Formats: sequence, C-alpha cells, structure tokens
Amino acid sequence: MALPEVKQTATDARLAALSLPTGGCLEGARRAALSRVQTLGLPGRRDEYWKYTQPDTLTQVEAPKAAVFDTDEAPMFDDFDRLKVVFVDGVFSPEESDDLSLDGVSIERIADICDKDIHWAKDLYGVLEARGQSPVARPLAALNTAFAQDGLAIHVTGTPSKPINMIYRHSDEGSDAILHHVIRVDSGAEATILENGPAASRFNKCMEIDIADTGKLHLVRAQGRDHERRAATHLFARLGSESEFKSFTLTVNGVLTRNEAVIELTGDDAVAHIAGACAGDGDFHHDDTVFVTHDAVNCESRQVFKKVLRNGATGVFQGKILVKEGAQKTDGYQISQSLLLDDDSQFLAKPELEIYADDVACSHGSTSGAIDEDALFYLRSRGVPAAEATDLLTLAFLAEAVDEIEDEEIASAIVTRLEGWLARRR
Amino acid sequence: MLEIKNLQVKLEEEEKQILKGVDLTVEAGKVHAIMGPNGSGKSTLSYVLSGKDGYEVTGGSATLDGEDLLDLEPEERAAAGMFLAFQYPVEIPGVGNMTFLRTAVNAQRKARGEEELSAADFLKEVRAKAKTLKIDAEMLKRPVNVGFSGGEKKRNEILQMAMLEPKMCILDETDSGLDVDAMKLVAEGVNALRDEGRGFLVITHYQRLLDHIKPDVVHIMANGRIVKTGGPELALEVENNGYADILAEVA
Ligand SMILES: Nc1ncnc2c1ncn2[C@@H]1O[C@H](COP(=O)(O)OP(=O)(O)OP(=O)(O)O)[C@@H](O)[C@H]1O
Ligand SMILES: [Mg+2]
Repeated sequence: MALPEVKQTATDARLAALSLPTGGCLEGARRAALSRVQTLGLPGRRDEYWKYTQPDTLTQVEAPKAAVFDTDEAPMFDDFDRLKVVFVDGVFSPEESDDLSLDGVSIERIADICDKDIHWAKDLYGVLEARGQSPVARPLAALNTAFAQDGLAIHVTGTPSKPINMIYRHSDEGSDAILHHVIRVDSGAEATILENGPAASRFNKCMEIDIADTGKLHLVRAQGRDHERRAATHLFARLGSESEFKSFTLTVNGVLTRNEAVIELTGDDAVAHIAGACAGDGDFHHDDTVFVTHDAVNCESRQVFKKVLRNGATGVFQGKILVKEGAQKTDGYQISQSLLLDDDSQFLAKPELEIYADDVACSHGSTSGAIDEDALFYLRSRGVPAAEATDLLTLAFLAEAVDEIEDEEIASAIVTRLEGWLARRR
Repeated sequence: MLEIKNLQVKLEEEEKQILKGVDLTVEAGKVHAIMGPNGSGKSTLSYVLSGKDGYEVTGGSATLDGEDLLDLEPEERAAAGMFLAFQYPVEIPGVGNMTFLRTAVNAQRKARGEEELSAADFLKEVRAKAKTLKIDAEMLKRPVNVGFSGGEKKRNEILQMAMLEPKMCILDETDSGLDVDAMKLVAEGVNALRDEGRGFLVITHYQRLLDHIKPDVVHIMANGRIVKTGGPELALEVENNGYADILAEVA
C-alpha cells in the first residue's frame, strides 16, 4: 500500500541523507530494516501511536541544534567501579574508554563485527526490532537498525565483577547520532549495564536484549541533561524461562524524549520490571511508550513510571500489557503517575490491558495530581520551609519508581541527581 | 507568652464565621486546657495559630512573646516556637520518619541561626526520646505516620514535640485513640517538657488526660468563643454534668 504523500516525502528525504553501511554479516539485517522503513514510512503527526508526541524533529533530515550542557557537577556514576565505554557524538572513543576486556563478558564494537562473516550478533541484530514492529510499527527503530553508525555487541557469559557503563558525550551542537547495541545474556549469567549522557543533539538509540533461561540483566540509564537535546530510544527485550530483566531510566531535562520499551516474556516464570522517573521544567516533553507481552506461564511484569512536571512541561505515558492465550498465572502491574507542580503542565496517559488468558492478575492505574496540601502544611508546621517541603514531597513521589532499582549505591546516585535538579530550581 | 485577643476567623471559601472573638492568654510555665462541644472551633483555633490555609482572620490578634503570629508563614511560626500536635496527624508516603524529623530539627535550628545537629548527635537524641515513648526503631524508619495505628501516630506527635522543644505547645485531642498505658506515656512526655519557659494549650474532651497533665487553667469553648474559664474543677464539672449547665448559665 502506498504511503500518504506527506509521509512518503518525509521518509524519502530522510533516507536520501543517510548511507547504508555495507559488507559483513549485518548487511542482510540492515537491508531488511531499510525495506521495513520504506514500507512503514517514518512516524508522522497523524499516526495514532504519535498522538501525544510530535515526531517531526526526530524524523527531519537535519538534527536541530542543541547547546552542550555546561555544569561543574561530576558526571553520573563517576565514582563507581565500572568499565567505561565512551561514545562522543555517537562515535566510540577508544582513548576515553577502558580496556574492553572483563571476565564474564565480551564487548565488541558493532563496527568491528561488520567485517566478520560469522558472529553471534547476526542472530540478534535487527531480530527483536523486527519482531517488535507488530502489532505496532516502530519505524525509527528500523531506521536505526539500517543505519546505526556504531554500538556494542555485549555477550554476558558469566557474572562480570563490575557494571559496564556506556557514557554518551555530546560535544558538537549539530550532532546526530544513531547507536545500536545488542546484548545477549547466557543462561545463569548476570550483569549490570549503566548508561548516561545525552549522546548528541539528536540521538536515536536502539538496544536489543536477549536473555536466556535464568539469565539476569539490570539496566540503569540517566539520560542527558542538555536542555535542547532530543532523543528517541528503543529497548527490545526477550526473556527466557526464570530470567529477569530490570530497567530504570532517569530523565531530567531534554526538550524531547521518547523512550519505547518492548518487552516479550517468552519463557515461564520470567520477571520484567520497567521503571522510570522524569523531572521536567518548561520546554520539556517526555514520552514513555511501553509494550509488554506475556507469552508464557507464571511471569511477572511491572511498569512503574513517575513524572514531575512544571512550567508547562508535558509528560506522556502509553503503556500496554498484552497477555496472550495460554499465558496463565500472569502477574501484570502498571502504574503511571504525574505530579504537576503548576496548572500549565500536563500529563497524557493511555494505559491499556489486552488479555486472552483467564487465570491472570493484572492491574493498572494512572493518576495526575498536585502536591498534597495537608502533607505540605504538616511539614511546614514543623519548621520545614515551603520550598524544601515541596522538594521532599516531590522526591517522595518519585521514590516508588526509584525503589525499583535494586542496587542501593545506584539508587542513591539517582536520588542525588534529582535532589540537585530540585535544588537548582528553588 | 501566647496572647489571643478577640480573634475572629471565617472560612476562606464560604461565608461561615467559625471563631467569633476568642480571648485567651497562656502564660509561660502554665498549662491551659480547652474543652468544648464538637464543632465549637477548637481545632480551627489551633490551625489558625499554626498558619493553615483556608481560613481568613477577620479581626483580632494573636502574638507569641509579643511577635505577631498571624503575619508569619507556618515554618516561621514553628521557628518562633509554635508547635501543634495534630488531632489527625498526616501520613506522608515516601518520606522516612527519621528524615522528616532531622529535616525539621535542622530547618528550625537554621532559621534561628543555630548550628545544625550532627547526624550522630541527632540519632542519639531521637533514639533516647523515642525509647521513653516506646517508639521502636522500626517505626522511625517507616514513612511518616504511614501504617501507624491511631495511638502510634499520637506518640509520634509527642516525639516530634520532644525533638523540636517548642516554646508554645498546642495539643489537639492527643488523648483520643490512646489506650490507658499510651496515655500515661504521652502525659509523661508532656510533663517532662513542662518548664518555666514553656506554655501548653491542651485541647481535650476528657478529664482523664487532665488527671495526668494537671492544668492550671481550664477554658470552655462553645460556638466560636471562650465562654467560661476556671480552675481544674471546671473539667471535673464537665466530666460529671456535660456542657448543658455551663452553656445555659452563660447564655
Ligand atoms: N475547612 C472547613 N470547611 C468547612 N467547615 C469547616 C472547616 N473547618 C472547620 N469547619 C467547621 O467549623 C466548625 C468548627 O470545627 P472545628 O474542627 O474547629 O471544631 P472542634 O471544636 O475542633 O470539634 P471536635 O471536638 O469535633 O474536634 C465545625 O462546624 C466545622 O464543620
Ligand atoms: Mg477538633
């Protein structure tokens, strides 16, 4: 079927400005992805899935300029014992990165794999993304698969002694980065991945995660604070039996962020927790779009999203739990809440449940509210100044999402960042 | 210490006058009790003195050691020494009791230009004071008042009072919901704080609390006014005969 003209024109223009990397074992996946983009067309304003978020600046040919955030605050996770992998404007920087060898994991650049004819990543690169195109199209992810300039292939074979930290530095005001990571977690293996930084003026990131039976992966990301940066990210995860995937995302600042997570529970007794906390002030639009599919017995999924919005900031949540036929004993939970610090800010939520099994426990809820006046007065009556009391209540509101992070050191780094954000706005 | 003169208060949103000229003076070192029928305006008086939104002062004044209270923000009143033990303590999910106490203590110290309490000193003090009120360590870790029983909430109010060491303490029905033993604990907590420089205003419906916290003066409030003032014997009269006689007498 032909695309609407506007969409066709926009898609053609964008594709014409990109060139497909050729050769090596990933070329087939890239070509297939390109044809998906051509068939689907890039997202447009009329698309139902983009009803609350305007995709224009994410799809236009040139990345809108974004100033580099200037701060003397130490970068996130700076004092952690971790393996650093640095990308500057979307390009791997060997000088700033640590040696990539670490027991229990193999880390390679996607760019290096491209030269090889045989590689495990071939069975994952673009595979979960392609599966994730239905029932809802995600053309920006297909675009990513086709054109990603860099990224990592991470194979977790054991239990690495420290987290792997991808650091995305932004140095050029007009940079446009497309990164694609594939992560395979073997049976019994367990790792933690940290990500932080804005990456570029415009960032398109795709991460495909395949967790074998009993494997575990923790993912914590802190998206960049550059006020004008834009990001569209996709997370595709497939979980085997008794495996576990826990992800948490912190977003403060950024003019536009769309984070899609597509999670498929394909093995029995698997657990997936997807959480996020965001804090936006003014020109800030933040969209969490989550799709969790239960396709096995006795799996648990949790979606916990909290947004603090002020000065006209906008928060969006589109979250779905799909329980397929036969996915009995499913335990699905979804909560999305916003704290609106003034009347100008807004939260748009579309929670959905679609259930084809009869023995399941699924619940979802979405709320939007202001600071609790009684709690505020109680705190003030004890001598806590109004601004400080509001911050305390704001952090308390975000706590339910932050509590999803298992590691206390990581959780406290996240809280510190949020406290800093609030303190700067007093 | 606390001087209230002809205080008149209406609801901000409605044309409803609640306090119709309250006159009341609590001297330093004294315990005053207020009794009165439901809905007579006792809690409203305590809220207005601590600065809650939703009320409009239409006349009169309230000062603490000469300082106009009604002009101050709630936190400024607290720093000036005002404390209200709430009739219905508020639950605050997500804020740990300990964090709350420490933030409050240090905020007041800061406002008064004093040095903040070190984490270690604070901990030592909280633990000691919590122990006398039989508040266990686990309760201190939980979010403020969340999942606390009625009596636990009231004891938590007294713990806050003990930590903040205010000049003027208002207790709004702190005895309601307390079992006999908890009532004793609370009364002991209050009595331990009795001091020449400190005033108390104890709002209650029952003589029982006043057996433990011996008041110097008892006031009866009805329909937005103090209608009668007397000694401790006034509370006994209410206990035995209810309000009917008193109200008839002043009507
Ligand atoms: N925010 C409000 N909105 C509506 N009515 C109010 C409000 N606050 C107080 N009132 C009314 O004012 C009157 C006095 O209430 P208040 O709570 O002060 O009484 P009280 O003496 O403390 O009673 P109790 O002994 O039952 O605690 C009541 O009629 C009450 O309904
Ligand atoms: Mg009352």
